[in-house]
Amino acid sequence: MYETKYHRASTVSDAAAMLKNADDGKLLSGGQTLIPTMKQRLAAPSDLIDLRHIGEISGIVKQADGSIRIGAATCHADVAASEDIKAVLPGLADLAGTIGDPHVRHMGTIGGSVANNDPAADYPAALLALGATIETNKREFSAQDFFTGMFETALDEDEIVTAVVFPVASNTAYAKFPNPASRYAMAGVFVAKTGAGARVAVTGAGQDGVFRMPDMEKALDGNWSADAVAGMAPSADNMLSDLHGTAAYRANLVTVMAKRAVAASS
Amino acid sequence: MTAEGIGARVLRKEDKRFITGNGRYTDDMTMQRMGHAAFVRSTHAHARIKSINTDDAMKMPGVDAVLNGHQLVADGIGNIICGWMIHSKDGSPMNMGAYRALESETVRYVGQAIAVVVADTQQQARDAAEAVVVEYEDLPAVVDSLDALKDGAPQLHPEAAGNLIYDWEIGEEAPTDEAFANAAHVTRMDIDNNRLVPNPMEPRSALAHFDPSEEHYTLYTTSQNPHVARLVLSAFYNVAPENKLRVIAPDVGGGFGSKIFIYPEEIACLWATKRVGRPVKWTSDRTEAFLTDAHGRDHHSTAELALDANNKITGFRVKTVANLGAYMSLFSSSVPTYLYATLLSGQYNIPNIYANVKAVYTNTTPVDAYRGAGRPEATYVVERMMETAAKEVGMAPAEFRRINFVREFPHQTPVIMAYDAGDYEASLDAAMKAIDYDGFAQRRTQSEAAGKLRGIGMSCYIEACGIAPSQAVGSLGAGVGLWESAEVRVNAVGTIEVLTGSHSHGQGHETTFAQLVSDRLGLPTESISIVHGDTDKVQMGMGTYGSRSGAVGMSAIAKALDKVEAKAKKIAAHLMEASEGDIEIENGELKVTGTDKKLTFTEVSLAAYTAHNLPEGMEPGLKEGAFYDPTNFTFPAGCYICEVEVDPDTGVVSIENFVAADDFGTIINPMIVEGQVHGGLVQGIGQAMLEHTQYDEDGQLLTASYMDYTMPRADDVPSFTLETTVTECPGNPLGMKGCGEAGAIGSPPAVINAVTDALGIRDMNMPASPNRVWQLIQDNGMKEAAE
Ligand SMILES: Cc1cc2nc3c(=O)[nH]c(=O)nc-3n(C[C@H](O)[C@H](O)[C@H](O)COP(=O)(O)OP(=O)(O)OC[C@H]3O[C@@H](n4cnc5c(N)ncnc54)[C@H](O)[C@@H]3O)c2cc1C
Repeated sequence: MYETKYHRASTVSDAAAMLKNADDGKLLSGGQTLIPTMKQRLAAPSDLIDLRHIGEISGIVKQADGSIRIGAATCHADVAASEDIKAVLPGLADLAGTIGDPHVRHMGTIGGSVANNDPAADYPAALLALGATIETNKREFSAQDFFTGMFETALDEDEIVTAVVFPVASNTAYAKFPNPASRYAMAGVFVAKTGAGARVAVTGAGQDGVFRMPDMEKALDGNWSADAVAGMAPSADNMLSDLHGTAAYRANLVTVMAKRAVAASS
Repeated sequence: MTAEGIGARVLRKEDKRFITGNGRYTDDMTMQRMGHAAFVRSTHAHARIKSINTDDAMKMPGVDAVLNGHQLVADGIGNIICGWMIHSKDGSPMNMGAYRALESETVRYVGQAIAVVVADTQQQARDAAEAVVVEYEDLPAVVDSLDALKDGAPQLHPEAAGNLIYDWEIGEEAPTDEAFANAAHVTRMDIDNNRLVPNPMEPRSALAHFDPSEEHYTLYTTSQNPHVARLVLSAFYNVAPENKLRVIAPDVGGGFGSKIFIYPEEIACLWATKRVGRPVKWTSDRTEAFLTDAHGRDHHSTAELALDANNKITGFRVKTVANLGAYMSLFSSSVPTYLYATLLSGQYNIPNIYANVKAVYTNTTPVDAYRGAGRPEATYVVERMMETAAKEVGMAPAEFRRINFVREFPHQTPVIMAYDAGDYEASLDAAMKAIDYDGFAQRRTQSEAAGKLRGIGMSCYIEACGIAPSQAVGSLGAGVGLWESAEVRVNAVGTIEVLTGSHSHGQGHETTFAQLVSDRLGLPTESISIVHGDTDKVQMGMGTYGSRSGAVGMSAIAKALDKVEAKAKKIAAHLMEASEGDIEIENGELKVTGTDKKLTFTEVSLAAYTAHNLPEGMEPGLKEGAFYDPTNFTFPAGCYICEVEVDPDTGVVSIENFVAADDFGTIINPMIVEGQVHGGLVQGIGQAMLEHTQYDEDGQLLTASYMDYTMPRADDVPSFTLETTVTECPGNPLGMKGCGEAGAIGSPPAVINAVTDALGIRDMNMPASPNRVWQLIQDNGMKEAAE
């Protein structure tokens, strides 16, 4: 790791100011992506601005309209254990419980995960399927607009994710096929019945990051069953291919995981 | 015999310090004014170094020195050696390319050390190492051993034409060919053994210190054999004469073979400490460990088995190409030869065997011994062939093995080894019973009903441990003898220190070795301390690898104990005015048989040191040493059976049950032995299902972190069922065979035999990763069959 300066922010505006004043500052949340990258000397921020002690962006709230608001600095373990979330969006709680290992889940945060937008990260599938809203210190994004490609988001350089809001839905479920080595998603499929209809979002498999499966959604609108999606797969041309899985294998996994998610969802 | 003696499940004495974080590892050591080293490493797999510019690095804060290979050579530091001479079949000695601790002309693998920086802090050293500018001229690279042998392949070393290190053979070719000419059936397979990264939990580390007033060096290092390290550093690298070099291997967090060897970094730290005039420490990070710890395995083989009309084996022919990487590491030459092909007879009576092994240079990390070292590769070839041949001739795999088992001992194989004792059918029976082999068909039907594929596979392994009879290995090319030493020091109050040349880095010697002494003298293990890992304390030793510490190391202790007992008996007889032959030792007391006269061991020890009343002419004191040189290898053997279920939708293989029935001879501490077997099995299953070292065609290591290299985790393996059968080893005083490597040796073929059985196919490569298994299912149209 290169030398860096650590700052602890106590409010969002505090953090924004610290970031502005820094030479080449970076926001630090759970540090589960950023710190390993720095240890490998692949990132060298001059300053780290720690968001984990900002009370206003931490915690889980069930709002009046039934939606769930998760502060950006909330760790995965808290999402996995939340009774509010388990009651209305069990698929989301399950998803958080599949991320990494207990250490990672107690440090890593939803804000860090969505800001990072690793193509193999789990949360983006839930955000896209559930039509979540990403709140920042400047504005709001729909998940559809937010995730723009591998490790790419619509965030400005100096923009801070403050919360993610999940509208109510039913029949939520997440089926994840973990990469045998890293245990990130090789294909993770989130399904839900939302106000706008059936939703199927896939992470880990696509070349451009998280994506939806409109065919499957249409089929599920008519017939919410595993059989309805059994014959459907994304085109292998758009799938990632690496040491652990060919594009054809990943395309197959999308089908299998979609079936399993639907089967687990009722 | 005591409650803590041979056969007792004594809890490990060393665990208190390990579990409470009080272990003392090399990286825990610090010294005043200590500097930190960082290495400049090649980013190219094959390139000529045009220039090394250290100007910027030298100006950086805290930097003491930036040293390179030109200075190393000028200071007379010798090239890295390979300690086992192999001759090709034409009689010529192996072709060894020059291997320098710091390379300044041509780099041959990614990660090879080029220069070393010493600075005040580790970060400063790393920053400066990054600032060293190396200008490369790229050369074409080759990573696969078969490609390296082809005409026109990139050439690594001028000393090794065609990248061929040796072309070696064992056994008789003509009679073996004859057996094939007359065979009723021939089974032929191409069999690969995948390359592995050893991954001990503690990365390598070295701390070197030079005392100019005494002209004396101290080296703390992560070594499995500190005495061999001192010998080699002193005799071949000219660092210092042995009496001026102390090597300490303190607590070491796992080795699996990778810490046997002397690496460039230790040599560089020792050399640098004198040049910069301060202690120098280096600790590998995980990326360096992936790139530079000697890798394991990496064979391509073609094997043929000849059977007669009664399905008895008449001949076995094997051709193997072994990838040794870019340089020859310390024992690399012996692994695919004498540690491999000598085990090709397996547990079977095979009258004719011929094996040819070509060892090859490639632009990859050097390959050397890794848990099992050659024997897993042999077992994999033999047991994949046995399973396949049985199926081809329509016999049950167990029956086919049974009719070919060696049943009479001693048994001379056509490939050097003389098996001394064993009962292969006993372990086969024990394993089949434990896994309920007969119930498999029903379990398969149940799996099929659930849309899953089920398979069962076995592996009857034999290995050679207790390495090794010195004269025998000397005649085969070894540069060292493979005896072990021990010294038993009885203190005046009857407590005991045992000094051993074995080295413990996870094996639990502090417990098992104390159990042996406890067993013999009837003293509690608490009053017995084991001292190892320091060349100033233990005079000489050969270290720990090849499952040798029990059979060889403890035999040396047993011999030293014989002498201690003999002297103690003489003193007791004298004091109690009895005849020496009437003294027996029991429960920490020396008794006169048939009387109530006795002295405690403490009283006798005290008498030895007060020396007020010793037998006429006896020297004071009670301290005895012994060297034990084994007369033969030992031959642990057993039967492993694996049962798997495959999910045809995803290709995921889950091990439903795994039985290991082992014959290790005498067992000192069953709990520790079970731990060794568990660990070995997980490593073997890791190789068979998960671990796979991959390079791209330019020689970049693709699996250089845990993001891509799949280490086995607890949830990848089932609870193992362990059985033991016992035939005592006649070759050593304790009847021990060794248990450290068996799990890793026997398990890979059992897993792959089970997976191929589930898929109904003959051939597949390791690891049985989900993608590979799924692809095989697609290729063989099995998905429909399962549904
Ligand atoms: C061993 C291991 C296993 C893992 N397994 C998984 C897995 O299975 N699935 C999975 O999805 N993830 C996995 N992860 C990643 C983990 O979930 C991380 O926690 C997550 O990707 C990043 O979150 P973080 O809070 O740690 O962010 P950090 O590492 O602190 O930051 C990540 C990036 O986001 C930026 N950032 C952080 N917070 C904000 C914010 N509020 N606004 C704007 N930018 C911000 C940072 O500047 C940085 O660039 C794993 C990580 C590890 C170490």
